[in-house]
Amino acid sequence: MNLWVVLAVNSITLGGLLFLLSAGFSLIFGLMKIPNLTHGSFFMLGAYLATTLIAHGFDFWTAAIVGGLLVAAFGGIVERLILRRLIGAELAQVLVTLGLSFMIADVCLMVWTGDPIRIATPSALRGVTTVAGLGFPTYRLAISLIAVVFAVALWALLDRTRLGAMIRAGVDDPAMARVVGIRVSRLFTVVFCLGAWLAGFAGVIGGPILSVYPGLDQEMLPLALVVVILGGSGSLLGSLVGSFVVGFLYNFGQAMLPELAYVVLFLPMLVVLVVRPQGLFGRQTA
Amino acid sequence: MRRVALAAALVILATVPLWVGSTYYVNIASQILFYAIFALGVNVLAGYAGLVSLGHAGLFGIAAYAGAKIMTDGHGNLAVIAGSLVLTLAASAVFAVLALRGTGLAFVMITVALGQIVWGVAYRWISITNGDNGIAIRGRPAPLGLSLASPSSFYWATLVVFLVALATMTVFVASPFGASVRGTRDQPRRMNALGYHVWMIRFLAFLFSGFWSGVAGLLYLYYNQFVSPQAVALTASAEALLMVIAGGTATLLGPIAGAALVVVVKNVASAYIERWNFVLGAIFVVIVVFMPEGLVPGAARRWRRAMAALRPRATAAG
Repeated sequence: MNLWVVLAVNSITLGGLLFLLSAGFSLIFGLMKIPNLTHGSFFMLGAYLATTLIAHGFDFWTAAIVGGLLVAAFGGIVERLILRRLIGAELAQVLVTLGLSFMIADVCLMVWTGDPIRIATPSALRGVTTVAGLGFPTYRLAISLIAVVFAVALWALLDRTRLGAMIRAGVDDPAMARVVGIRVSRLFTVVFCLGAWLAGFAGVIGGPILSVYPGLDQEMLPLALVVVILGGSGSLLGSLVGSFVVGFLYNFGQAMLPELAYVVLFLPMLVVLVVRPQGLFGRQTA
Repeated sequence: MRRVALAAALVILATVPLWVGSTYYVNIASQILFYAIFALGVNVLAGYAGLVSLGHAGLFGIAAYAGAKIMTDGHGNLAVIAGSLVLTLAASAVFAVLALRGTGLAFVMITVALGQIVWGVAYRWISITNGDNGIAIRGRPAPLGLSLASPSSFYWATLVVFLVALATMTVFVASPFGASVRGTRDQPRRMNALGYHVWMIRFLAFLFSGFWSGVAGLLYLYYNQFVSPQAVALTASAEALLMVIAGGTATLLGPIAGAALVVVVKNVASAYIERWNFVLGAIFVVIVVFMPEGLVPGAARRWRRAMAALRPRATAAG
C-alpha cells in the first residue's frame, strides 16, 4: 500500500485518540479553569488498568469501559478531595496536578514494571478491511469510527441536553449560572469524571497501537496541550480540528523529518499563539 | 545584628570544604549552590513577576548543551561561557516573546510546550545532541590558572558565582526595576495607566531570569561534565519550581532554602528508596495544599497559630 495512505490512516487514528483525550481536557479547562496536568496520567492509568483486567479474563471492550470508570472514580476523588480545596488558585492547581502526575507515574512503574505492555487487538477487529480497492487495518478504522461517534455524542450532550445547557452556562458565566439555580459545584465533579473517563478509555483503545509504557503520560500530555492551544479551550470543534491537525503533523513529521518531529509538531502552535492567542475556535476573553 | 549574621553565614559557607568532612558532602554543597542560582532565576518570574514558568529547564538545558557543543567543537572555556550565555539569552528572548502572549495559565501552558520542544530536540535530534546518550565533556575551566578539578575548588568557584547571583538579586529586588516588576504582578492595569510598559518590564524580567538559569546550567555542565535530555525534562522544570515554592516565593532566601531541601531530600531519598519521583510529587501536593506560601513562611504561620491557640487556654487556666 502507498506510504502516504498508510501515514494518512495512522494520522487519522492518532487524531481520533487525541480527540478523546483532549475533549475532556478542554472541557475541564473551559468549565473549571483547571489545567489538568494529570490528564496524560489518566490516559496511561486507564491503559494499565485494562491490561490487568484483561489478564483477569475480561474481554477488551469491558476492560475499556471499566478501566475508564475506575479512572473516572479516581478523578472524582482527586477533584473532591484536593482540587476542590484550591478553587480559584490556578497556580496551586497546576502544581498539585503536576505532583499527582509524578506520583501516578511512579506507582504505575512500581505496579506494572518498566516493560512496555501491549494490549492485544480485539479478535473481531484484527486483519484488513478493503475499501475502494485499498486495504486498511480494521482496528484503526474502528478507532476513527469510535472518535466520530464520541464527537457526535459529546456534541449532542453539550448542545441538545439539559445537562449540556447547564455545562455551557457554567463555562460562560459560573456566577450567573449559580444564581439561576444550577449546582455548578456538582457540575464540576461530573465534568471532571467525564473527562477522566474519556482519557482512560482513550488509553485503553489506544493500547493495541501505542502499547503502554512508562513515560506514555508525558508523551500524551504535551500533545493534548498543543491540541487545546491550537483549537482553543472549551471548544469541542476546536479539539476535533486540533486533534487531527496534530495527528497529521505528528505522523508525517516523524516520517519525513524524524529528528525534528517534535519541533514540527509545535510550530503551528507557536504560529497560532502569535496570530490568534485564544486558539482557532476559542472565544476572546479579557 | 544583620551584619553579624551575614558575616557568620559567609564564613560558614566559605569554609564548608574544610569542616564538612568527605568530598561527597562538598559535592552536595556545590549542587545546592548551583541549583539555588537556578531557583533564584526562576523566582524572578514565578515570585516577583507572578509568571509561573514550567519551561525553565529548557533554558538551563540550552546553556548546558550549548556549552558542551562549543567545547566538543574544540573551543576554549571563554568561548564556551560567552557562547552559551549569549545563546541562552537569545533563547530566553524567543521564549519570552512567545510566552508573554499570555499571562497566568496561558503563560504556564506555553512554557510547558516550549520546554517540551527543547526536550524533543535534545532527545530526538541525535546528530546534534547525541540523543538519550547525552554529551560528555572533558575538563573544567581553570580561571587565572587555578584548577577547578577538585570538589573543594569547584565548590569555591560555584560559591563565588552564587554570591554574585545573590548580590545581583538583592540589588534587583531593591531597585526601581524590581519594584516595577512587582507592580506588574500586583496591578498590571494600574502600572499601564501610570505609563509603565508592562510587556517590556516582563520581557526584561524574563531575560534576567533566563540569564541566571543559563549560568546555573553552565555550572551544572561543568559539575557533571555531562549533559543529557534528563536535564531538560518537564520533571527538571517542576523541580526548579518546587524549590521556589517550597522555600517561599518572592523572597531572597526562600529559593535557596528550597534548593537545599530538594537537593538533600533527593540525595537522601535516592540513597534509600528508588521512588524519588513519588516523594517529589507528594512534597508538591502537601506543600501546595497545606502550606501554599512556602515552607519557611508557612511553618512560621503554623507555629504562631499554634502558640496563639495555646495562650488563651493558659490564661483561662490561670
